[in-house]
Amino acid sequence: MKDGTTNVLIVGVGGQGVLLASEMLCQVAKTMGLDAKKSEVHGMSQRGGVVTSHVRFGKKVHSPLIEEGAADVILAFEVAEGLRWVHYLKPGGTIIVNEQRIVPPIATTGKFSYPDKVEDTIKARVPHTTVIDAFEIGKKLGNTKLVNTILLGVLSNDLDLEESKWLEVIEKMAPKGTGEINKKAFIEGRQAAK
Amino acid sequence: MEMLLSGNEAFARGVYEHGGEFASAYPGTPSTEILETLARQCKADVYCEWSINEKVALEVAVGASWGGARAIAAMKHVGVNVAADPLMTLAYTGVGAGLILVSADDPSLHSSQNEQDNRFYGKFASIPVLEPADSQESLDFVKDAFEISEKFDTPVLFRVTTRIAHSKGLVKLGERRTVEHAGFEKNIAKYVMMPVFAIVRHKMVIERLEALKRFAETTHLNTVEMGDTKVGVISGSVAYQYAKEVLPGASFLKLGLSYPLPMNKIIDFASKVDRLIVVEELEPFYEEQILAVGIPCEGKKFFSNFMELNVERVREGFIEAGALPKSTALPKQAQENVLPRPPALCPGCPHRGLMMALKKCGVNITGDIGCYTLAALPPLETIDTCLCMGASINHAFGIEKAKKTKKKTVAVIGDSTFLHSGITGLANVVYNRGTQTTIIVDNRITAMTGGQDHPGTSKTLMGEPTHAIDLVQLVKALGVEHVRTVDPFDQKTTLAVLKEEIERDAPSVVITTKPCVLFPSKLKPATKFHVLLEKCTACGACFRIGCPAITASSEKNEKGRAKSQIDLELCTGCTLCFQVCPEEAIQELKK
Repeated sequence: MKDGTTNVLIVGVGGQGVLLASEMLCQVAKTMGLDAKKSEVHGMSQRGGVVTSHVRFGKKVHSPLIEEGAADVILAFEVAEGLRWVHYLKPGGTIIVNEQRIVPPIATTGKFSYPDKVEDTIKARVPHTTVIDAFEIGKKLGNTKLVNTILLGVLSNDLDLEESKWLEVIEKMAPKGTGEINKKAFIEGRQAAK
Repeated sequence: MEMLLSGNEAFARGVYEHGGEFASAYPGTPSTEILETLARQCKADVYCEWSINEKVALEVAVGASWGGARAIAAMKHVGVNVAADPLMTLAYTGVGAGLILVSADDPSLHSSQNEQDNRFYGKFASIPVLEPADSQESLDFVKDAFEISEKFDTPVLFRVTTRIAHSKGLVKLGERRTVEHAGFEKNIAKYVMMPVFAIVRHKMVIERLEALKRFAETTHLNTVEMGDTKVGVISGSVAYQYAKEVLPGASFLKLGLSYPLPMNKIIDFASKVDRLIVVEELEPFYEEQILAVGIPCEGKKFFSNFMELNVERVREGFIEAGALPKSTALPKQAQENVLPRPPALCPGCPHRGLMMALKKCGVNITGDIGCYTLAALPPLETIDTCLCMGASINHAFGIEKAKKTKKKTVAVIGDSTFLHSGITGLANVVYNRGTQTTIIVDNRITAMTGGQDHPGTSKTLMGEPTHAIDLVQLVKALGVEHVRTVDPFDQKTTLAVLKEEIERDAPSVVITTKPCVLFPSKLKPATKFHVLLEKCTACGACFRIGCPAITASSEKNEKGRAKSQIDLELCTGCTLCFQVCPEEAIQELKK
């Protein structure tokens, strides 16, 4: 937390819910009375491209972008995306990797291949690596669309934000009628990583 | 109340709060959400429209302003090129009620065809340029922009960049306040720009700029924050935030009004610091003007004009300048080599069917601005050009008339782009006796920017039903006798029609008829397909259509090549892979 600002980089693939997750995180910071900014690039993302969202919160935030090598936490919705952005992590930072693999169509051309043993590569670089199978947890809860809030639950362990504020924001922002199950998913995620 | 808003949302809110009554735009990243937000939240108070193109968007906003309504027109940077004709003389006529032109620039061309710096339009047209540095200023500066516009009788260029438009920050909201203006009043000396009047107005423009320069010296939009005086930083927009992050203790002159520059303020600021460093994204817009008045400063040698800035680039620049010790650099960590994820046409996209058939026609294909440009990339590799909106038809015509190219050339253009600026090109083809085939890929929406209505969709931005332009009738009226419609998912017929029309020695138009799979609502597939692995020989034919739903399975053939599989979550049942599979290994999933 350099300068009292916390930097969270959320990465994944278009359609995974990265933007909603970063929105929720930002709202929790706001609810706690902190300054917050986030930045992402729209446009091509829904066409299966890489999605990154920079979230920064603290007393006063200037840049909406995280400096390379200054992320306190990286939350990767997809393993290869975790590997792609791992150099953004500060020394001693934490990376959370969701075990999902999304192989892009370009792999079928034979010119590129999806990396092997990604989790091991990340673990070798980052001592604080948490690997989580959010899809499996979602399945147990009866809804794989909960991956988003499960991962936020995991993330919450590494951030200095109150649990009650998280639950308040999830209640408010979850799709109508899914507040309870999303809060449950958040708590599952929060406990799964412990 | 405080809310987390993007720059675009905050600007829209600003238009609402500060009495805006009219807003027009043509969609374009990163500007699109301004009108989407206004239409969603404020349409009871602010008239909102998608105009057919940016020139029209600006001209209707000018009409609204002359007619007494505070007005805004929003567009992406290259859109201002389209609107440049009215803009340059609008600078002479001036406004009625306040008028703001939003230019959303895209450094690093995240979703654009160039990185042009539109601050130059301010200098070019002699009109003021405002640059907010965060979401709060995106709201607050709307008030200033309207007031400057009305006080100085000038349009105001409101210049944002992707990182302002699409970053979110906390914003304090206020109430709406309206300002009364009279309706249009006859005044030919102001509004009729024939030479006799325009020459007088040009004199006014020159005097106005002098008045604006005086205003720039005192406005609260330009602020001095004195700190350590070893380095004085002049900056604006998001570059200010990066510089502030890296050198929090330095002295700053932050420019919110970035044209004309407050030169006396800059001279005074320069006199108080040992060294003046200019941090600005893209071109040396401030730097060159400051140097031109003889004030020594440095900028682009540390912060190049290539692509957007960020914290690391600004830190490196200050280290190179000697303003920061080397020890402050964050340790660089190795980047992993991970396979790219280039954006691709969606599963079920109707453009794929057209491109697959076109690939078999052996023609050059001039392209336009839209999702179909993605077909330039492997594996489809069909589109050969992409320059600007509406250009495809004219490029094909020019290549044909140059008579040096043996292959025939066809043009591919989307429905929204055709309506934007393709119609004139097609009229030109007919008039000047071209013989090309023009293909309108009509997916009934402006897809690339996220699904906006246009004059062919039968709905306005405010949600009202309206007339939908009939493309077949329109094209016939231009004089194209051979007009065909095809279902691009029917490969056999599409190919036959294309071949026939390409051969023809007369101008022709082929219109595809299948809608976008994402907009206005996501297609609900009636059926899906799967791969029978025992029949699949791993020939790769289905891989070569570039569908994101088709990936390599873990099953291999005897040569070790991967057989295919279809992601049922993504499959829309478009049948294209079924049509290309020579082994009948792709079959409809029985329910």
